[in-house]
Amino acid sequence: MNASATLPHTQPVRTGLARTTLLAQLRRVERRKRLRAMALTLPLLLFLAVTFLVPLGALLMRAVENPEVAGTLVRTGAALQHWDRTSAPPDAAYAAIVQDLGAIPETAQAGVLARRLNTEIGGARSLIMSTYRALPLANSATPEQARVALLALDPRWGELPFWWAIAKNSSRWTPDYLLTALDLKRDAQGHIGRVGADEAAFSEILVRTFYISSVVTLVCIALGYPLAYWLSTLNARRANLMMILLLLPFWTSVLVRIAAWIVLLQSSGLVNRFLMFLGVINEPLALLFNRLGVIIAMVHILLPFMVLPLYSVMKSIPNNYVKAAISLGSPPFTAFLRVYVPQTFPGVAAGGLLVFITAIGYYVTPALLGGPGDQMLSYYVAQYTNVEVNWGMACALGSVLLTATLVLYVFYRRFAKSELSLG
Amino acid sequence: MKIKPVILALAATATIALPALAQSELTVVNFGGANGAAQKKAYFEPFEKSGAAKVIAVEYNGEQAKIKAMVEAKKVVWDVVEVESPDLNRGCDEGLFEKLDWAKIGNKSDFQPAAVHECGVGVFVWSTVMAYNADKIKNAPTSWADFWNTSKYPGKRGMRKGARYNLEFALMADGVKAADVYKVLATKDGADRAFKKLTELKPNIQFWEAGAQPPQFLVAGDVVMSTAFNGRIDAAQREGKNLQITWTGGIYDLDYWVMPAGGPNKDLATKFIAMASSPNEQAEYARNISYGPTNNKALTKLDASVLAKLPTSPSNSKDALRFNITFWADQGEALEKRFAAWAAQ
Amino acid sequence: MKRSVFPVYYTWFDKLGWVGLRALCGAVLFFLLLPILVIIPLSFSDSSFLTYPITGWSLRWYQELFASPDWARATRNSFIVAPLATIIATALGTLAAVGLARVQFFGKGLITSLLIAPMVVPIVVVGVSTYLFFARIGLSDSYTALILVHAALGAPFVVTTVLATLQGFNQNLVRASLGLGVGPIQTFFRITLPVIAPGVISGGLFAFATSFDEVVVTLFLAGPLQGTLPRQMFTGIRENISPTIAAVATLLILFTASLMVVLEWLRGRVK
Repeated sequence: MNASATLPHTQPVRTGLARTTLLAQLRRVERRKRLRAMALTLPLLLFLAVTFLVPLGALLMRAVENPEVAGTLVRTGAALQHWDRTSAPPDAAYAAIVQDLGAIPETAQAGVLARRLNTEIGGARSLIMSTYRALPLANSATPEQARVALLALDPRWGELPFWWAIAKNSSRWTPDYLLTALDLKRDAQGHIGRVGADEAAFSEILVRTFYISSVVTLVCIALGYPLAYWLSTLNARRANLMMILLLLPFWTSVLVRIAAWIVLLQSSGLVNRFLMFLGVINEPLALLFNRLGVIIAMVHILLPFMVLPLYSVMKSIPNNYVKAAISLGSPPFTAFLRVYVPQTFPGVAAGGLLVFITAIGYYVTPALLGGPGDQMLSYYVAQYTNVEVNWGMACALGSVLLTATLVLYVFYRRFAKSELSLG
Repeated sequence: MKIKPVILALAATATIALPALAQSELTVVNFGGANGAAQKKAYFEPFEKSGAAKVIAVEYNGEQAKIKAMVEAKKVVWDVVEVESPDLNRGCDEGLFEKLDWAKIGNKSDFQPAAVHECGVGVFVWSTVMAYNADKIKNAPTSWADFWNTSKYPGKRGMRKGARYNLEFALMADGVKAADVYKVLATKDGADRAFKKLTELKPNIQFWEAGAQPPQFLVAGDVVMSTAFNGRIDAAQREGKNLQITWTGGIYDLDYWVMPAGGPNKDLATKFIAMASSPNEQAEYARNISYGPTNNKALTKLDASVLAKLPTSPSNSKDALRFNITFWADQGEALEKRFAAWAAQ
Repeated sequence: MKRSVFPVYYTWFDKLGWVGLRALCGAVLFFLLLPILVIIPLSFSDSSFLTYPITGWSLRWYQELFASPDWARATRNSFIVAPLATIIATALGTLAAVGLARVQFFGKGLITSLLIAPMVVPIVVVGVSTYLFFARIGLSDSYTALILVHAALGAPFVVTTVLATLQGFNQNLVRASLGLGVGPIQTFFRITLPVIAPGVISGGLFAFATSFDEVVVTLFLAGPLQGTLPRQMFTGIRENISPTIAAVATLLILFTASLMVVLEWLRGRVK
């Protein structure tokens, strides 16, 4: 009988040298299988690389890019390189800036430069634009004449802060956006220190973001744990029914739920009316456009994210441990606390981290339901992108948020042995 | 005779001629709401009726980032945009808007001086004023000091989320005269004074972001007084709600038509802007929403009852001050950041 | 003797706890369902204010909804973007999951993390980064960018769902098929795919729901003409919550509820 006829993908087995050949064939087949598996993941990988990873990299780059000044005020930057920052800038710098501004071909680029310097020091915009429009200056051949002419045009050219701003930004890369995102700044000499109290917004915002997310996570654990436990004790049919009730809000659009909460929590809404009807309160409570409304809505949206992983962990815990504890004489509640609950810790950690990671990235809920003191970090990323059009700052804040999330995700992977999933 | 070549020739001429016969489209972007509805009636419908083009009206909330992205990528899909004054200056400096050909638009001397800009034409004059629910408040507030007076007028106040306008109102409530407000605000002490005054009122403030929110808050009773755009209060009045305006100390400003640079329909857009700036159309707009026309010739076409509700009428602009674009262009980002820090405390 | 629902050894404290647990769970479930229950009747109210008690009933908000060109455009856009994004996500995601399922290869852990990344990264960071990137190449305010990014957001759900399904997949079926002479591609389409179909479809439904409900990235990437239903709702909630929003909400609840029923039925099939 010819063996080759029955196994199309292998060569005929030979005796003697058979084992080595078989091993080599096996290795070859295994390698082909591995390559094929890798090749199958390649399309999605490439797709994600283009639509997702490359933009993320561009965002991180933009957080440290600083092309506006370095590209236009080249000579000025060179002239200011050895300036000590305490005395008046050298005359060569004045001449250089007249030259540089004169060399800008389009108003658009001058405008971009003006905007960039204005984020360093307020007032720079009008200074640069008015100087640009007044060029060419008469009597500005020599550096001294250039200085005199500039000071005559606008006395602000004699103020050091404007020159500091130019000197600081003469390099293509800057840590300033990231420093501002952490409420730090570089002074004229380049030393890093904290910003003044009335300018320090971002550390407060970051703390606020973590605080709100922590509160939401704790409330979700408090409400979700009993619910998941009870669901895990039900028989299959009832559990399915309750699951549907749990999943219905989960599948409902976030905006629908936010709209519903606004209807419920407004001062003439159902909650206030009900409480007044019961006589508990006389005046409507402020439940909307403040932190309480934001937390209520976020708990509502994130509760299923807590219940589902917890439920799947709890379902996999065999119930004979608790029964054994009870049969050994432990009161049921103590058995629950000391035998059952510790077994659920991985589920609590997984669910809690999932909720926390999702909560710190929240944008829509606080934007629609919160006051200005309740906006989370994402809101400011969006503000800087759309309203202030300061994309460097937006990317810096986004990088901070991204870093925090990735650090937490590493923790999550350690607790949950599996990937981010919902059970 | 060969039929086929004749048919082919006819088809060829048809494909060339048809696009010219097909109606072109003009995308006009505005802030929507009652303002958008009035623009539809006064500008878009006559423009379409004249056969020039079909108008696609699009709503946005002032995000300049979209215009910047469009212009930089050289893929401009918005032909005419309504922008606020700080954005006009900023965008013009940064080359985001086309320079207008005023010869095609109209006589510069017909317009208010503030409405004439190399990159834009004023659309209307609007004012941020104090509005109150006349059902809940019987004796009208007369100044910003009254707005701050929570013992005389208990209840919450609505204010726009952000530093703009609020800092000026705070200074006026603290006793600064309207003409001196920006001078004071430009100094560090002045800014500190404004924020201190705002802190006084802070527990009673409910912030709004969209123009439609103040009338909503006032009618629902969430606030007893609010800063608001006068046109939105006017729209609520037309719907029968008893909301009233105190004009003293209002801050007026203009919105402008601009054309994003590099747009494909420059001539058509200029035609639209010219039509929208002519006296008849502006008068019709003012009849639909109480924003002041920028073309002075339009004022003669309006009757007294309409004129009385405009921000530009003598009685309403008596104590008003003009929003200072230069100041806000320079100090805006820093002050808004400070406001964010202040709001967090 | 009547049989008690409690085990024999329960003290009064335990009985209290038992009742208390069920009361708490009932309250939590009520909390979860309340907003949905509240907004549906409001869409049928005839008052233009969203308050209770409802004085009269009417269908005028639905009529306004169907007559409005903005909502029509938003609905059309949602049903253009979501299906296309789902198809891309499901196709690429299923392939990737098949590749990840059985075989260990170099860098598998890293690749898995990269493929799951869109689920982890904060959504506003995705929105800003893709906006700035696509704007630079001239694709901002376009359907293309929106569909591509929605697909990227939905793909991880497909990958995890299909991976989970493949854990229970009997590899011998494939071996038998290969042994009978069928090529690998044919085997995939005629053996593997039909068996894992419930997992693929539920992953696809997850991806569809992700795209359909997505608002943050849409706020950045979509121009006013590409606005989807959530985008339109966002503007509506900000500007003026009229009962039209309640009507949209009701229709969306019905739509997603039916999707969910299909998903639960498929889940039963998978297990």
